[in-house]
Amino acid sequence: MTDPVLATYNLNKSFGALKATDDVSIDVRPREIHAIIGPNGAGKSTLIGQICGGLASDSGRVTLAGQDLTGTGTAVRAKAGIGRTFQISQLAMDDTVLQNVMLGALNISSSPWRFFRPALADRDLRDKAEAALARVGIADLDHMQVAELSHGQRRLLETAVALTRAPKVFVMDEPMAGLGADGSKALTTLLDGLRQEAPILLVEHDMDAVFALADRISVLVYGKIIATGTTAQIRASQAVRDAYLGDEA
Amino acid sequence: MIRESYLNTFVLALLIAVPAWAVVANEPFTITLATRAVIFALAATGLNIALGLGGMVSLGHAVFFGIGGYAMGILAHHAQTYTPLMDGLFLIEGTKSMPVIWLVAMVTSGIAALLIGLVSLRTGGVYFIMITLAFGQMFYYFSISWATYGGEDGLSIYLRNDFPGLNTLVPINFFAICFTILLIVLLLNALIAKSPFGLALNAARQVPQRAEAVGLNPQRLKLVAFVISGVITGLAGALFADLNRFVSPTMFSWQTSGEIMIFIILGGVARLCGPVVGAVVFVMLEHVLGDLSDYWHIYLGVLLLLVVMFVRGGIVGLIAGKHVAHD
Repeated sequence: MTDPVLATYNLNKSFGALKATDDVSIDVRPREIHAIIGPNGAGKSTLIGQICGGLASDSGRVTLAGQDLTGTGTAVRAKAGIGRTFQISQLAMDDTVLQNVMLGALNISSSPWRFFRPALADRDLRDKAEAALARVGIADLDHMQVAELSHGQRRLLETAVALTRAPKVFVMDEPMAGLGADGSKALTTLLDGLRQEAPILLVEHDMDAVFALADRISVLVYGKIIATGTTAQIRASQAVRDAYLGDEA
Repeated sequence: MIRESYLNTFVLALLIAVPAWAVVANEPFTITLATRAVIFALAATGLNIALGLGGMVSLGHAVFFGIGGYAMGILAHHAQTYTPLMDGLFLIEGTKSMPVIWLVAMVTSGIAALLIGLVSLRTGGVYFIMITLAFGQMFYYFSISWATYGGEDGLSIYLRNDFPGLNTLVPINFFAICFTILLIVLLLNALIAKSPFGLALNAARQVPQRAEAVGLNPQRLKLVAFVISGVITGLAGALFADLNRFVSPTMFSWQTSGEIMIFIILGGVARLCGPVVGAVVFVMLEHVLGDLSDYWHIYLGVLLLLVVMFVRGGIVGLIAGKHVAHD
C-alpha cells in the first residue's frame, strides 16, 4: 500500500455533551477521490474544520505527506498544501473573477508583502490564475465582478481558486451544492481529471456524483465512521443502507 | 471609474487653483484654509487605508494625529528654549527642521499603531471601535496631565519650523509643502491598493476565511495596514501643529478622531480622493457656516445624515457612480 497523502488519526471533537467527531481515522491516497458521506449533522463540517485548521481537535493527529500538522493554524496548513473549497462560496464579491483567482496564487509564486507594483502586472501570478480559470472553463469571465456571476459560475470559481495553489490534496466541501444537473455533470468531469494532479477528499451530498467519482467512500454517522470501502462495498453494505442511503442506492 | 479619475483631477486642480488665486488677490487666509483642508485630507487618507482597504473602523486615529502634533511641539519647544530633550546617556536636542520632525512623527506614530493594533486587532466589530476609542482617551488624558509640555494649555511654537530652501512663513510655501506630501501619499495609496498586498488585504477584509485558506494571515495583513495608516495620520498631525504653530490635547480628543472619520464618510469610504473631497467640503462648511452660527455642526450633522442615508459611497460615489472593480 502506498503512503497516504492526507491522514487523520483518531480525531475527536466535542461541543459540550455532543460528540461531533468520534475517533475519526481516514486517509486519502495518491490519485484517489475519497468521498465522505453522511446525513446532516453527522460531523462532516466539523471534520473538515479539524483537517483544514479552523477547529482545534480535542485529541488526534492530522498529517499531510508525512508532515504532522496537528495544532497548526489554517494558514500554515494551506501553505503546507491543503487546497480547500468551501460549501458556501467564500469569494470577494466586489472584486473581479481574475482578482479572486490571483489571490489563490499569492504566497505560492509571489509574496503578498509587495506594496508598489500592481498585482495585475505580475506575469507569473496572472498566468497561474488564467490557467486555473481556463481549466474550469470560465476564462472568458475573468473581468466580471463576482457579484454579477451566477451561482454555478461561483462554484466553478471556488474550485479555480484552489487549483491555482497546485495543492498536495484538495479538501472539497460540497462542491456541487446548489448546482443544477448540467452544472454537476460538468464539475464531475472536472474533478474526475483532477485526481491525477492531487487526490481529493470530497464531502458531497450529490450521490450520483459521489458514486461516479469516488474510489473509496467513508460513511460518517453521529461522528463515527461506520464503514469505509469501495463504491460497490458501500452500496452493498446493510449497515450503510440502514443508517443513511435508504432505498436510494 | 473614468469619471472618478476626472473628479479626482478636478478636486486636486481646485486645490491648486484656489491658493494660486489667493496669492494674486492677496488673501493669505484663504491659503491657510486650503492648507488646513490639505492636512485634514492627509490625515483622513491615512485612516482610509485602515478603514477603506482594511475594514478597520478606528475611532482612535486622533492618537496618531496627536502624536505627530506633539512630536513637532516637543522638538520645536526644546529648540526654541535651548534646552536639551534628554541629557542622560546621550544628549538629544530639539530641532526646528521639518524633515527631522516628520521622521520622528512617523516613527513614533508607527510604533504606537503597532502596539495599539496588536491589542485591538484581537477583537472585531464594535469592540474594535471601543478599544481604539479607549486608546484615544488614554492619550488625551495623558497629554492633559503632562505638565512639562503645557498640560491642558498645550504648547505654542513662535516660529514655523524650517524646510531647506523655503521660507515656510510665507503661506503659499507651506501650502506647497503640504500639498506635495498629500500628492505623494495619494500616489502611494493608489499603488498599494492595486499591489499584491492590496489584493491580499482586500480579501482579508471581505472574506477572511478565504484569505486563511490560501495561506494568508488576515490579522497580520491588517496590522501592517493599520501601521501604514497610523504613520500617515501622524505625519498629518505634525503638519497640522506646524500650520497652527500650536499643539494641545484637543488633537488627541475623540472629536478629532470623529472628524477624521467624517471626512471619509462625507467623501466616500475606500475611494482614493474620498478623504480629500470630504476634507475640502468640511473646511468650506466650517468657514461659511461657522460665520453664520456658532452651532454650524448642526448643519454638518444634517448633511452627514443625508449622505449616510441616501448616498452610498459618499460625495465621490454620488458624482462618479458605484465603485467598479475593473483594472
